[in-house]
Amino acid sequence: MNFDFSDDQKFLKSEARKFLEANCPTTSARKVLEEEGKAFDEGLWKAVAGQGWLGAAIPEEHGGLGLGHLELCVIAEELGRAVAPIPFASTVYFLAEAIMIAGTDEQKADLLPKIAAGEVIGAVATSEGPGVVTAGNLQATVTDGKLSGTKVPVTDGDIANVALVLAKENGKAGLYIVDMADPSVTKEAVKTLDPSRDAAKLVFKSTPVRRLGAAGEGFELVERIFDRAAVLLSFEQTGGADRCLEMAKEYALERYAFGRVIASYQAIKHKLADMYVKNELARSNAYYGAWALNTDAPELPVAASAARIAASEAFWFASKENIQTHGGIGFTWEMDCHLFYRRSRQLSLVAGAPRVWKERLVSHLERRNAAAAA
Amino acid sequence: MDFNDTPEEAAYRSQVRTWLEANAPKKRDGSDPEGGDSMAASKAWQAKKAAAGYACITWPKEWGGQGGTPVQNVIFGQEEAKYPIPPNPFQIGLGMCVPTVMTFADDETKKRFVGPALRGEEIWSQLFSEPSGGSDVAASRTKAERVPDGSGDWLINGQKVWTTGAQFSDYGIVIVRTNPDVPKHKGLTMFWLDLKDPGVEVKPIHQMSGGSGFNEVFFTDVRVKDSQRLGAEGEGWKVSLVTLMNERLAVGGATGAGWSQFLETARNTPGLDGASALQDQAVREKLADWYVQAEGLKHTRNRTMTALSRGQTPGPESSIGKIVSAVQMQELANTAIEMLDQYGIINDGDLAPQDAAFHWSLMFAPGLRIAGGTDEILRNIIAERVLGLPGDIRVDKDVAFKDMPTGR
Repeated sequence: MNFDFSDDQKFLKSEARKFLEANCPTTSARKVLEEEGKAFDEGLWKAVAGQGWLGAAIPEEHGGLGLGHLELCVIAEELGRAVAPIPFASTVYFLAEAIMIAGTDEQKADLLPKIAAGEVIGAVATSEGPGVVTAGNLQATVTDGKLSGTKVPVTDGDIANVALVLAKENGKAGLYIVDMADPSVTKEAVKTLDPSRDAAKLVFKSTPVRRLGAAGEGFELVERIFDRAAVLLSFEQTGGADRCLEMAKEYALERYAFGRVIASYQAIKHKLADMYVKNELARSNAYYGAWALNTDAPELPVAASAARIAASEAFWFASKENIQTHGGIGFTWEMDCHLFYRRSRQLSLVAGAPRVWKERLVSHLERRNAAAAA
Repeated sequence: MDFNDTPEEAAYRSQVRTWLEANAPKKRDGSDPEGGDSMAASKAWQAKKAAAGYACITWPKEWGGQGGTPVQNVIFGQEEAKYPIPPNPFQIGLGMCVPTVMTFADDETKKRFVGPALRGEEIWSQLFSEPSGGSDVAASRTKAERVPDGSGDWLINGQKVWTTGAQFSDYGIVIVRTNPDVPKHKGLTMFWLDLKDPGVEVKPIHQMSGGSGFNEVFFTDVRVKDSQRLGAEGEGWKVSLVTLMNERLAVGGATGAGWSQFLETARNTPGLDGASALQDQAVREKLADWYVQAEGLKHTRNRTMTALSRGQTPGPESSIGKIVSAVQMQELANTAIEMLDQYGIINDGDLAPQDAAFHWSLMFAPGLRIAGGTDEILRNIIAERVLGLPGDIRVDKDVAFKDMPTGR
């Protein structure tokens, strides 16, 4: 049994933590959160590119480091812990993964080196309004290689150079690569729960596109991309959840009430124990997702769903109970608690809400159980 | 990252498989899950394992083990579980009591007891919990007093409770009060004793689940020799920590119906609109949550196993198992029963789905949430030992035991 990261991967993780402690204190997220018009921390983005992290899982022939996805997982955990305000997920977990699994040789040669070098910021645009986007309600349309429609919200849509857009062509959904510099694209920033991450409303009017993957397989491809992204996001969420538990613990050990530290009350001890339990369940599920992602296992859809559900629950619980443990001071703007509370919402929704993943998971389990019984 | 054995582990697994294929039972004797009429089969299987060195793999060879690693022990357990083996009534004895005897008794005592216990010829019980102290074992009231005849012998009087398997046990280790004039932890002493002694009365407890896996054990002037003392007089608490070190591993996770049985039952049960209950969104969301928890525990065990495999001490993550599984067992059972609607009240194994496994879980889960550390005690343990938060304030810490306030 070898169900853990290697010593090299753990070393990379500790180096990543040191790097982010030096380059991404929570003031970094706070600055993006507070400054009107500031979409991300550009200095941090350049520094992260300099570390090679953007291309960690991109093959060397395309300008990446050619490491595996396990290396990307440990980096993701540290980015989540640091509430990093950069378009890393959009660019690396979504765009780069999409190009790597579905891109033509030409698309790979074009985009992957730019991603690895930090020259391209990505975005993925599926949502068009409240609720789940389906084949029945998808509006964006491609006709004769031109895209028209509206996507909202698109994380990092404001700053992306390249977007992946879900749209229908001849009545069937496909996924399309859009050069965001095209003048036919209108971008309008939207206010979100987590202003430390950028989001926009995008309007396309006869925007030229290149198709990614086969025609008519847009939803299947989105599922495959989201499975991969979900595993990586689950590490970010686990990292954030662990940091919340640490913050709650540190505060509970120094805050006195009724003559003793609040960490000595069972109401607080049990709350923190519950956080620990959820965080460990999230971590173990994330590890299994990492294994499935790294080996391209057929179990990936189930493993990714479980990782996403467990991590979303853990980060939500830890981020809200961290505020509760802090009491009144935790409700202030100046304390960092809300940065994690906000980010937990952003990460839970960006690849589809847990409810959707639960439905997907059970559908897979139904089929698996039926197949086993047959 | 993978799930493969190391070459050494693979070799051991193959050796274990060969031995099991030649020796393990191929079909199950009629056995009842709460411990019952399968004792002969259990003893025969234990003797076979002991003869081949598989009874206590991690014990030193001189005591009948293999001097093996914890991973080898896990591997044997995994492979053994593939066969219809009889229940294991030796776990508490071999996992907790006999290691305590081996740590604290003299050579003569060890030579007398270790072999028969290993071979399943004699069964041991752990006598700690009392009516007045479950989570707070150090509040034990059962007392031992010196017989005033210069023999050095002791007389034990009092009562223990929730003693697993005492009805078929031969010996036990018991923690008793030998000095009520000092604070509770300091006045305890540990002894081993013969449960067939005429002063020992074992009464099975009729559990709310209907079964009787546990007992009350009454002591009336049970005379034990001073040589039966394990550890120094007044050091019983420290001795008990050696015993309890393994308890939370010995009290396993939940058994019974899990998410997969739930899914199949939901598939075959009409839901709100006559469609299968499995199409009910509320049911599906819960099913997803239970699957994710069960997978989380499975892979947490894999992480623990990995640490053992690498020769490292497992991290504290293994402490989450019983909290999660016991609560899930109760919730899953109740949701299954409510899904059956009015019919859910029926727990006749011939009428209820899954041979009434959900009903059995529902009635047994309250016990599992208490046994081997209550949900609350386990949270305290995680908070204190894993997260490093302060211990609870103990108002009885500096009070002589005899002056401690007591309730019921």
